Amino acid sequence: MNVASGIVFQVLQSVLVVLIAPLMQGWVNQCRAWLQNKSGAGIWQPYKVLHKLFHKDAVLAHNASPLFRATPYILFGCMWLAVGIVPVLATSLPFAPTADVIALVGLFALARMFVSLAGMDIGTSFGTLGARREMMIGFLAEPAMLMTLFTASLISHSTSLATIVETLAHREFVIYPSMAFAAVAFLMVLLAENARIPIDNPSTHLELTMIHEAMILEYSARHLALIEWAASLKLTAYVTIGFAIFVPWGIAQAGDWVGLPIALAALVLKLMVAGAGLALLETLSAKMRIFRAPEFLGTAFMLATLGMLTHFLLER
Amino acid sequence: MNLPFNAQLINLFAALLLLLSFAMLTQRRILSLINLFAMQGFVLVLSTLVVAYSTHQDHLYYSAVLTLVLKVLLLPWIMHRLIRALNVRWDVETLINIPATMLIGIVLVIFAFNLAAPISQFAGTITKATLGIAIASILLSFLMMITRRKAVSQVIGFLTMENGLFFAATSATYGMPMVVELGIALDVLVGSLIFGVFFFHIRETFESLDIHHMEKLKER
Repeated sequence: MNVASGIVFQVLQSVLVVLIAPLMQGWVNQCRAWLQNKSGAGIWQPYKVLHKLFHKDAVLAHNASPLFRATPYILFGCMWLAVGIVPVLATSLPFAPTADVIALVGLFALARMFVSLAGMDIGTSFGTLGARREMMIGFLAEPAMLMTLFTASLISHSTSLATIVETLAHREFVIYPSMAFAAVAFLMVLLAENARIPIDNPSTHLELTMIHEAMILEYSARHLALIEWAASLKLTAYVTIGFAIFVPWGIAQAGDWVGLPIALAALVLKLMVAGAGLALLETLSAKMRIFRAPEFLGTAFMLATLGMLTHFLLER
Repeated sequence: MNLPFNAQLINLFAALLLLLSFAMLTQRRILSLINLFAMQGFVLVLSTLVVAYSTHQDHLYYSAVLTLVLKVLLLPWIMHRLIRALNVRWDVETLINIPATMLIGIVLVIFAFNLAAPISQFAGTITKATLGIAIASILLSFLMMITRRKAVSQVIGFLTMENGLFFAATSATYGMPMVVELGIALDVLVGSLIFGVFFFHIRETFESLDIHHMEKLKER
């Protein structure tokens, strides 16, 4: 593989994912609206919201520190880097060796830390409350996420996502029972980390139970736009990590122009199915009390651990 | 690792069985518990069918059909009727510590896997790897019977244990003799009918299905 086409693929993937991430969000919202017998705002609505927010004047609190201003950019940067590392369109990208799955989880943790600090920065009670809840969810979700990823790395003997994808996609098809556990655990972590319904409601705006929204309540205009964009990027990043581990088929090699249209079609198809599934899941379940969240994520951790155990029992 | 495809399929069903066992262990609602029980029975039927097909053991087809009729259709139906008659359909068990139960569950699974490892090394069956899962699901249903306070969920724990035993028999020796299996099936059926009668008596005497009321030995 020559370096130039690798870089082209890298740029292509990074730009593409950043552009379609709001579309993914819009698709999920649209599906949910359909499932609830509403007409919905259309799948382009997130772009309109972003456009509107970018054209407004930002309002900052008097006591906001530089950290409060910097956070949206850091958050967006972290998420953009994350989707650059995850093999979305092609494997063995130039960015891929920079971070394995553990570093990827660390990247998400960095973003979370800055959002929480920014939430507490202004000193409103809502921001502090949201930040504390977010940290609680985060510290419970991270071990479960790591265990899930370790199950996948046990199979492919590597913690690098690109290697995991290559091992799973280009080998003879084998059923891995441990992956069934890991998939359920990963789904639970995905819902918790992206403030989806059993843990947090993405469509609430002023409620005592909100987590993500509570932290970003003080943001406006371009800052808010970046945070919203980063949230949709995070959702896309998690969903594509899920694809990379559990349904890696159709992905192209970097520099393989022939495989690119197939990879693109596969990606769009997978994203559509995943978005519809997510909407269905959110419609069917109700939000839990915050004190049930440890139980929910504890279950995710347990399932991931069971996945590792079954790997040792059944797949050696 | 290159197992034949049917062995992979059996392993997958075994993993699903364990997953459902854990789901039942942590399920608070009685209605969902019964549905999970029916699902576990169905997974058991599928795995038995795959074993029967890949080892040409014809009697396993009969036991699969027996399991289907009894554990997927008949027993859940009886249970549904029972909870409707007892008016506990939407009951939720309030006092179980789920994280602690899950941790004990994981310890049990590790114990069972270690216990089964030396045995399954000597087994020549296609299902030898799943013995650990069978033992684990038996132990998990034990745990479920110990931790639950409501009589209905205890009985479901008992029936789940029978699922685990059946799976253990299938994975260790390709199933029990037909006579034994028929006997067990009849026992389970009669047992659950008797349990149903018991439920009504328990509720009449104690005005609740909470078995903690039965721990007091005094008359009044």
